[in-house]
Amino acid sequence: MVGVLMGRRLPLAVCFVFGLVMFLQYFSEHPVAINLNQTILDYWQIVFAFTLIVGIFTYFKNNVTQISRGSDRPFRLVGLAGFVSMPLLALIWGIKADTPFMWMFENVQAPMQSTVFALLAFFVASASFRGFRARSLPAAVLLLSALLMLLSRSNIGGFFSEGLPEIANWIRDYPSMAARRAILIGIGLGSLTTSLRVIIGIERTWLGGDK
Amino acid sequence: MEAGTIVAGILTLAILSFLYRDNPVYKMAEYLLIGVSIGYVLVITWTNTLVSLLFEPLWTDSNLWLLIPFVLGLLMWARFHRKTAWLSRIPIGFMIGSGAGVAIPAMLYGRTLKQMSATITPLMDSSGVPDLSGLIVIIGLLTTLSYFYFSREHKGYFGGLAKLGTFFLMIFFGTTFGYTVMSRMSTFIGRMEFLLTDFLRLTN
Repeated sequence: MVGVLMGRRLPLAVCFVFGLVMFLQYFSEHPVAINLNQTILDYWQIVFAFTLIVGIFTYFKNNVTQISRGSDRPFRLVGLAGFVSMPLLALIWGIKADTPFMWMFENVQAPMQSTVFALLAFFVASASFRGFRARSLPAAVLLLSALLMLLSRSNIGGFFSEGLPEIANWIRDYPSMAARRAILIGIGLGSLTTSLRVIIGIERTWLGGDK
Repeated sequence: MEAGTIVAGILTLAILSFLYRDNPVYKMAEYLLIGVSIGYVLVITWTNTLVSLLFEPLWTDSNLWLLIPFVLGLLMWARFHRKTAWLSRIPIGFMIGSGAGVAIPAMLYGRTLKQMSATITPLMDSSGVPDLSGLIVIIGLLTTLSYFYFSREHKGYFGGLAKLGTFFLMIFFGTTFGYTVMSRMSTFIGRMEFLLTDFLRLTN
């Protein structure tokens, strides 16, 4: 009964109070307001850390369940070994420079991460090769500005014209910047209204569907 | 050759093997990357947030106010039991509410007002020479905004403005695409340089 009553009202009240406090403190430079702001931001980080650990626990639990069922067992075991090794190494040798923990980060995680990032260049290029067709005037403008940007940032661009980088920079700084600003203003106004809806309790999707 | 270079080289090749097709070697490297990354996040979160912001001040300075975020954090674990799952909405409410409270002035100032003030600049210098580039920015901003204005039908002169806005949007998407491809390409060149120079030692 308590759960049914408080399951939605209490979280909404907490959301409203902290939203209002964080909004109002912006208008005050009183040391109490500044201190309160920093305290709440620190608390936010702590609660977020717990949330992250809940997510990590779910990853571990799901993998163990899948391993016991035999689905993708060797791959999941490798994943779990990597996951368990990092806290273990940190626990035994610490996390400062030249420790096994940092060795794992520099020689296992960082190279693979940047290679996955680089791999996307091929998929973006192949997708654009298939998708970029100058079927209409706006599509032709998109194609032209993309080509201009690609050529101006590579050595081959100088082969066509020495002024190409300057033209590309002008396009980036003026017409492209105009659309970017409009999008940013839209994002700003959208975030503002969504935040207001959340604080006053109109937007409640974060509560989930259950009672 | 250092052990780290050998490991990094083999794992780089394992990831690049996906260019041929999805294969067990790539899948193994992918799972390892996910596992190691999550383990890294766990250690950094524990050390930088939970120990330095919560446990150390709580035990050494006896700052009992920190029991509030501690309890809120523990309530997140109530999700795992059906009867107590509703309790986890309290810390979520705290995070969403305070995040939204911070976002209102930050978004209004950083995203909206600052972008507007950067656009409103003199269109003519002291010698009377018009700044056409500045005029293009103003026209581009207004026409793009009119494209995103859906409370009025895009017909007549307003439709024309919105249509002009799509051209500015296409220029923006094109330049962003170009930059994205080039940044990915420079990372790829970096990985190739590592493979050919440090790992395979084919070049100096």
